[in-house]
Amino acid sequence: MARAAVSGGLRVRRAWRPAVLVERRAETPSASTLVFDVPGWPGHVAGQHLDVRLTSPDGYQAARSYSLAAPADGERIEITVQAVPDGEVSSFLVGDAAAGDSVEVRGPVGGWFVWRPEDSGPVLLVAGGSGVVPLMAMIRSRDGTDRAPFRLIYSVRAPGDRIYDHELQRRASEDGGLDVSVVYTRTAPEGEPRPTGRISIDDLVSYGWPAELEPTCYVCGPTGFVETVANLLIFLGHDPSKIRTERFGPSGP
Amino acid sequence: MNIITRGFRGRRRDSGRPLPPGQYLTHDFPVLSAGPTPRIPLDAWEFTVTTEQGERHRWSWTELMGLAAESITTDIHCVTRWSKLDTDWRGVSLDTLLSNVETEADFAMALSYGGYTTNLPLEDLLDGKAWIAYQYNGEDLASEHGGPARLLVPHLYLWKSAKWIRGIDLMLQDSPGFWEQLGYHDYGDPWREQRYQGD
Repeated sequence: MARAAVSGGLRVRRAWRPAVLVERRAETPSASTLVFDVPGWPGHVAGQHLDVRLTSPDGYQAARSYSLAAPADGERIEITVQAVPDGEVSSFLVGDAAAGDSVEVRGPVGGWFVWRPEDSGPVLLVAGGSGVVPLMAMIRSRDGTDRAPFRLIYSVRAPGDRIYDHELQRRASEDGGLDVSVVYTRTAPEGEPRPTGRISIDDLVSYGWPAELEPTCYVCGPTGFVETVANLLIFLGHDPSKIRTERFGPSGP
Repeated sequence: MNIITRGFRGRRRDSGRPLPPGQYLTHDFPVLSAGPTPRIPLDAWEFTVTTEQGERHRWSWTELMGLAAESITTDIHCVTRWSKLDTDWRGVSLDTLLSNVETEADFAMALSYGGYTTNLPLEDLLDGKAWIAYQYNGEDLASEHGGPARLLVPHLYLWKSAKWIRGIDLMLQDSPGFWEQLGYHDYGDPWREQRYQGD
């Protein structure tokens, strides 16, 4: 986490901008991808997030941060939102929002948990649940680059919780530089050789990169998951300064 | 003019008292860190104040424990928009630690084990506004929340309350810390909603 590791900090774009929902598509029963048109969107780097603000007719406002799920397509951006229990913004976005609806967004935000196409070294991505979203933005940002080798280890409770399932399978089969491994904690699909259970040191050894290759590691998920994975990576000899984390708590966004 | 989101009503929760703008109430204690949680053995822990002249004032863990401690009950506000009310801490006031430090500095850089940094005006660390905290809710501060000891500056957004604190550098000129270099506000007053540069 050396200060010099980040040159020219990314400035947050200050203004709230109107955004119009173009499309909402279900990824799982409790997660949706929302595509917005944002006039004047300044662009972003994979791994960054934005703030979304909703305003009710009587002026009440609620804002939350969400990871951007893909590179910007001009002024078109997308986020993937996991509905959290009692989440006033997430449950609206996943359950109620419809094409044509207006919200406000602000960003991009965050300049540490990011991957840039010019970073050519190996990359290990470790996702817990909806923590896959910013990591998917990094995978999608590989298109048209020199293709730094990526490995994704994706921990989910059950097969139905896999976000981006078909796209990840397609990308892994088409792209020799991308390996995708899914770890099931509660219920595994038929024929899955790995016993169900939390991510372990064996998983990181089998599906990750050896520490000697000095990969940059991005770990995103619930707090307990991130703590576990980051500690295991350090135990396996990874340099703590090469491990970047993003956590969401039990009451997260 | 605000953009109304069709069909959005929200689920207002009565916090019993006003929260800073854009914040919502939580009863959990979420964790936000940029990297792995460092583990610092207490016999190797030390806290160092370094003046602009290079003069160092050091405390070991045992020496810190020997200083007068205070109990603090305070609200905390994270820039990721959660606020938590009436949190209970115990720690040593920065007034105590800085009482014999001679300095002309106006600014401070908090330094953490693991490499994190954050900058603050020195006056925000004085006059009963900041502590080196080592207990939370009557128990040793958990490492994911910054244990064995963290800076606690509850009147600013919580990223200013550096976890795993190892020292403070006193500076004549302000200089941005870790998140501040990445676009977060230099001061971070939640009541003025100073989240990002330019707020």
